[in-house]
Amino acid sequence: MNKTVQMIKVGLAEIKTARPPQLLRTSGLGSCVGVVVYSERLHIAAMAHVMLPNSHLAREKDFREGKYADTAVQSLYDLLSHHDSFGKFKAKIAGGAQMFQFQSNNELMRIGKRNVIAVKEHLHKYKIELVAEDVGGSIGRTIEFNPETFVLSVRKVNAEMLEI
Amino acid sequence: MNMLSKISAFHLDILKEIGNIGAGHATTALSSLLGSSIDMKVPDVNIVHFDQVTERFGGEEALIATVFLRIEGDAPGSMFFVLTVEQASKLLTKITGKAIDLKKPPYDEMAISAFQEVGNILTGSYLSSLADFTKLNLQPTVPAVGIDMAGALIHYGLIQISKESDYAVVIDTVFLESNAVSSLLQGQVLLLPDPASFQTIFSALGVPLDE
Repeated sequence: MNKTVQMIKVGLAEIKTARPPQLLRTSGLGSCVGVVVYSERLHIAAMAHVMLPNSHLAREKDFREGKYADTAVQSLYDLLSHHDSFGKFKAKIAGGAQMFQFQSNNELMRIGKRNVIAVKEHLHKYKIELVAEDVGGSIGRTIEFNPETFVLSVRKVNAEMLEI
Repeated sequence: MNMLSKISAFHLDILKEIGNIGAGHATTALSSLLGSSIDMKVPDVNIVHFDQVTERFGGEEALIATVFLRIEGDAPGSMFFVLTVEQASKLLTKITGKAIDLKKPPYDEMAISAFQEVGNILTGSYLSSLADFTKLNLQPTVPAVGIDMAGALIHYGLIQISKESDYAVVIDTVFLESNAVSSLLQGQVLLLPDPASFQTIFSALGVPLDE
């Protein structure tokens, strides 16, 4: 069987779905969080590149659902439920770093941590089991998810590739 | 209605002039700091989609060294001094007199604090001339250094903007050493005003955006 791997790039605030032989990839995650929700039964996965914890923060009417943790998790859930209505979904997440260390009263400076907390809260709300995570620290990440094997590869500068 | 959609070519030209004034002063400061002649290119002002902001540095995964600060006061925004790690290593070797390589940690502490100081001087003189020109109160936060993937670092400056839009106005100025045969040093200063700051800036200059 000869399958050509096809990479699907997920940009900032985007959500994309994939099934084998496709792979999902988002690069340069700092304080943003990459969220993958997948169905093991159907080998279908969806990835979001989350920038902010809550859509209450939005000052725009039309926004990409992937931008906020709450709307992103809801859309990931809806997308997968559409294919697998009885499915139990699993999730893997990475990112949520604090890239710059400095004192400021600005709440945005802790945005990475808040993004991770919000994503987890909403995964819990939709009863999506979080099976693996690589979050926090002060390092950028590029992630790739394979819906065939359910492996999430995490690449960091000056570090070994991590598979979770 | 989205603030950015009201910005005309005329307003972009004004932002270019703002970049010119700010970067002009920054160039002088950088020249005297390095004891060599530094030139700047005409600033580039563009309305850029988020996914394209890092393209000027070679994409989201390109390794960069940056000094980042937030602008607080009347017209909040983000500011970055960006170099490739090779360029940053050269710059810091020159300043510290030690062989500096920022490609791999652990990083030389003295080099990092020197880098922070260069960023501080550069962005500080940029901002103070901008404040003089617009008569606005613009306060920089203490700058922070980051060495990592361009996406991870630069997207940080987009978070405030992302609440309102998927596009950012990027005022980008390239600095380079002028007398070197193969231009030895090259860096960029990015100014990313928050969306709400445009009306403040343009009003201060007597050319408000249409309501």
